[in-house]
Amino acid sequence: MAATNVIPTRMELTRLKGKLLNARRGHKLLKDKRDELMRQFLILVRENMALREKVEEGIKAANKNFVLARSSMTEETVNAAFMAPKQEVSLEVGNQNVMSVNIPTFKYQTRTSDPNDIYSYGLAFTSSDLDDAVLSLSSVLPEMLKLAESEKSCQLMASEIEKTRRRVNALEHVMIPDMQESIKYISMKLDENERSSQIRLMKVKDMMLEEAHHYEEKAAARAADVS
Amino acid sequence: MYKIAVIGDWDSIYGFGALGLDTFPLTDPIEATKKLRELADNDYAVIYITESLASKIKAEVDRYRELRLPAIILIPGVSGNTGDGIMAVRKSVEQAVGSDILFGK
Repeated sequence: MAATNVIPTRMELTRLKGKLLNARRGHKLLKDKRDELMRQFLILVRENMALREKVEEGIKAANKNFVLARSSMTEETVNAAFMAPKQEVSLEVGNQNVMSVNIPTFKYQTRTSDPNDIYSYGLAFTSSDLDDAVLSLSSVLPEMLKLAESEKSCQLMASEIEKTRRRVNALEHVMIPDMQESIKYISMKLDENERSSQIRLMKVKDMMLEEAHHYEEKAAARAADVS
Repeated sequence: MYKIAVIGDWDSIYGFGALGLDTFPLTDPIEATKKLRELADNDYAVIYITESLASKIKAEVDRYRELRLPAIILIPGVSGNTGDGIMAVRKSVEQAVGSDILFGK
């Protein structure tokens, strides 16, 4: 209980009230942030799943072709064929801000623009299956990069959602009720103090009046007269 | 300028070399861990890793989940699809939503 270890003063009460107002505002904002993040995340993760299925399908097909190609060649030939790749892929990493989550965006560039540069070997010693395999793999590459982007975004957003949800819950279920309780405690305590001083004053007033006018003695005398 | 790496057993990844990605044929988990750290520290923004290798160094792969870069993406190897890649996506959903409401079959 937080209520028991606060000092019941007016200053503390004002401070707590301000804090509560802030907490309420923060809670509302964080809740909105969470909802919006969740909405975007659900869109993104569906896309991610679809992409992943597509990429896995593509790589599977490519791998099939590679196995086929390997079956008709020795390891040395294949090794030699891939020894010196002609093509080179580099990435440009951008930044996108989605609800204060920094998501990287990837833009890839190939060193040469010729699409045939993926064949890094002469055609004399390798089977045509290898060409097919490389081609099928290169056709998945753009999708693989999109997958990387969307999967990373999903991971980052998931962790951000988790954090935001925790904050929302902490505010909603711990901070705000605690503060409300403290405020209630302080205001009750202050009311109590006020009543007690009021009573004290009334009592003092009674005593002073008694001293000045001797009401009780007079009343007793009147009672004696009547009898 | 960032680069792309592919880690896994040689049979699964040598084809990527032709496309211009950097391939690192590794199967030993300890070496793979070392390589992964090294690549992450250098200019590799995307690291593809075969599912079978990733399952051996799960802790290391998970370490990069919350970092902005690099993106570590699981790909199926030549020996087949283990479903770990799909699991990673479902894990994200579980982390965000609390339970897997989208793909829970």
